[in-house]
Amino acid sequence: MIDREQVLHVAKLARLRLSDEEVERMAEELSDILGHVDRISQMDLEGVEPTSHVVALENVLRADVPRPSLPREAALANAPEPVDGAFRVPSPQAD
Amino acid sequence: MSGLLELTVAAAAAKIAAGEISREEYFAAWMAAAAGDELNAYLFSVENAGDYQVAEGPLSGIPVAVKDIFATEGSPTTAGSKILEGYIPPYTAHAVRQLDAAGARVLGKTNMDEFAMGSSNENSAYGPVLNPWDRGRVPGGSSGGSAAVVAGGLAPCAIGTDTGGSIRQPASLCGIVGLKPTYGSISRFGMIAFASSLDQCGPLTRDVTDAALLLAALEGRDPCDSTSVGIEGGILAPGAEDLKGLRFGVPAELASDAIDAGVRAVFEATLKRIEELGGEIAEVTLPSAEHGISAYYVLAPAEASSNLARYDGVRYGMRADGDGDLIEMYETTRAEGFGPEVKRRIMLGTYALSSGYYDAYYGQAQKVRTRIAQDFAAAFAGVDFVVTPTSPSVAFGLGEKTADPLEMYLNDFFTVPMSLAGIPAISIPAGLAQPEGGGPELPVGFQIAAPAFAEQKLLEAAFALEGSIGFAASTPGIPYLNGGGEPA
Repeated sequence: MIDREQVLHVAKLARLRLSDEEVERMAEELSDILGHVDRISQMDLEGVEPTSHVVALENVLRADVPRPSLPREAALANAPEPVDGAFRVPSPQAD
Repeated sequence: MSGLLELTVAAAAAKIAAGEISREEYFAAWMAAAAGDELNAYLFSVENAGDYQVAEGPLSGIPVAVKDIFATEGSPTTAGSKILEGYIPPYTAHAVRQLDAAGARVLGKTNMDEFAMGSSNENSAYGPVLNPWDRGRVPGGSSGGSAAVVAGGLAPCAIGTDTGGSIRQPASLCGIVGLKPTYGSISRFGMIAFASSLDQCGPLTRDVTDAALLLAALEGRDPCDSTSVGIEGGILAPGAEDLKGLRFGVPAELASDAIDAGVRAVFEATLKRIEELGGEIAEVTLPSAEHGISAYYVLAPAEASSNLARYDGVRYGMRADGDGDLIEMYETTRAEGFGPEVKRRIMLGTYALSSGYYDAYYGQAQKVRTRIAQDFAAAFAGVDFVVTPTSPSVAFGLGEKTADPLEMYLNDFFTVPMSLAGIPAISIPAGLAQPEGGGPELPVGFQIAAPAFAEQKLLEAAFALEGSIGFAASTPGIPYLNGGGEPA
């Protein structure tokens, strides 16, 4: 039901690099799981409101008062490559 | 020393308040017990036990084991994942702050399925937790470490998180009490997100009174989580002695469900106890509940695929080595940092949300969720509670279900519907049963679900039933009842 090509497409969307072995296994396992889950796509639920959230809350507001946020040093403390007060990342375009 | 470990949290707190035992002595006894962890249940223990300062409050001096999904400022927090190895949060989760404010203190961080995805604790990047009743079996998951430390005499109480059964199922498999409160009762701030519309914090304890004590401290509105509303009126210690005038609904669908014979026998015996206590058993129908697993395994992975996008090797956590470009760094970091189950769920969720499949999967699953909530609402029009076994089997063997992800998912059959409906549910130990393959008897959990925010009523009923079952008083193999801190 899910083939190799679809697995590779979804993996690209999810930014996951999969090994050949993982691609094979994923195709099999996802097909199996979706085979079970597919039963709900057959159900007639016309007119049923979707639930995205169970608590009846609307627009929880608070006063717009400035307050201190995380200090820069604390925000950078866990970064794999902090540099000059910023997060360093590889170039978006490799040379 | 051993006498201290035998006390429930409520009893210990009372003795501490009365000055009969000192906080330092009590905490030290639990530190020593926790240091003897042979179950791989703890990932990290507290270090600065010397400077012992706690707030005055109902939990003053009580050590609490905390699932490693809660951020603890200055202490490692991994969520059971390699991708967060070495991560030191700059702030503390609201739930942990609430416990601190009540006078409790973190004893250690407990092992868990990676990002709370699993029902056996075998998905931890740091190895599986062993069930204290039988070390060849799983403790359940994903809060397996939190359940094992309480059942194994390594902590007096613990907190965990429940997305589709992750507190109730391990509590059931380890023979303790586990409560998933109503969604919105407790702030999720600082609780590493798995599926945000389902995740909820809750206590894992030896008895119902201790669960109430912890919930009383945990619940409340928090400006940092706009979905948190707290429980109106708060939570008091339960004291009900009978179940007179209360109606317990048994889903008609249970008759045809795959439940181990031993589990079914304990469930039936518990229904009889309810009647002996003056409660009434009635049949209810939850016609959409059978689709709960399908809806859950669309919604939870979809939310997870979005929540876990943040682990990209830029701001925190690990980054894979390499000379590639930015996209390659993302892809290899996530490939190396996530385990197989997390990858599977990210893939499943990304697929369900991808163009062309959204309506068929995600949209449908949200509607099934509505139907399930309506089923419960209809049931609660006629009964006070809905009851089921917590898990279809007792604890299964390590490695027994890892080959087949779908079979593992079906293990959540009885706990997922309540999560989708957002209602509270508790698992209490109801007795023992032999596993299907034979062997020594293991704990069986009994699940009671109530309408949203009816926690007090739920705890009262669970308390009365617990008194009749007398599980804690009659169970061999639980170290704190055998007068020692050694794991069984």
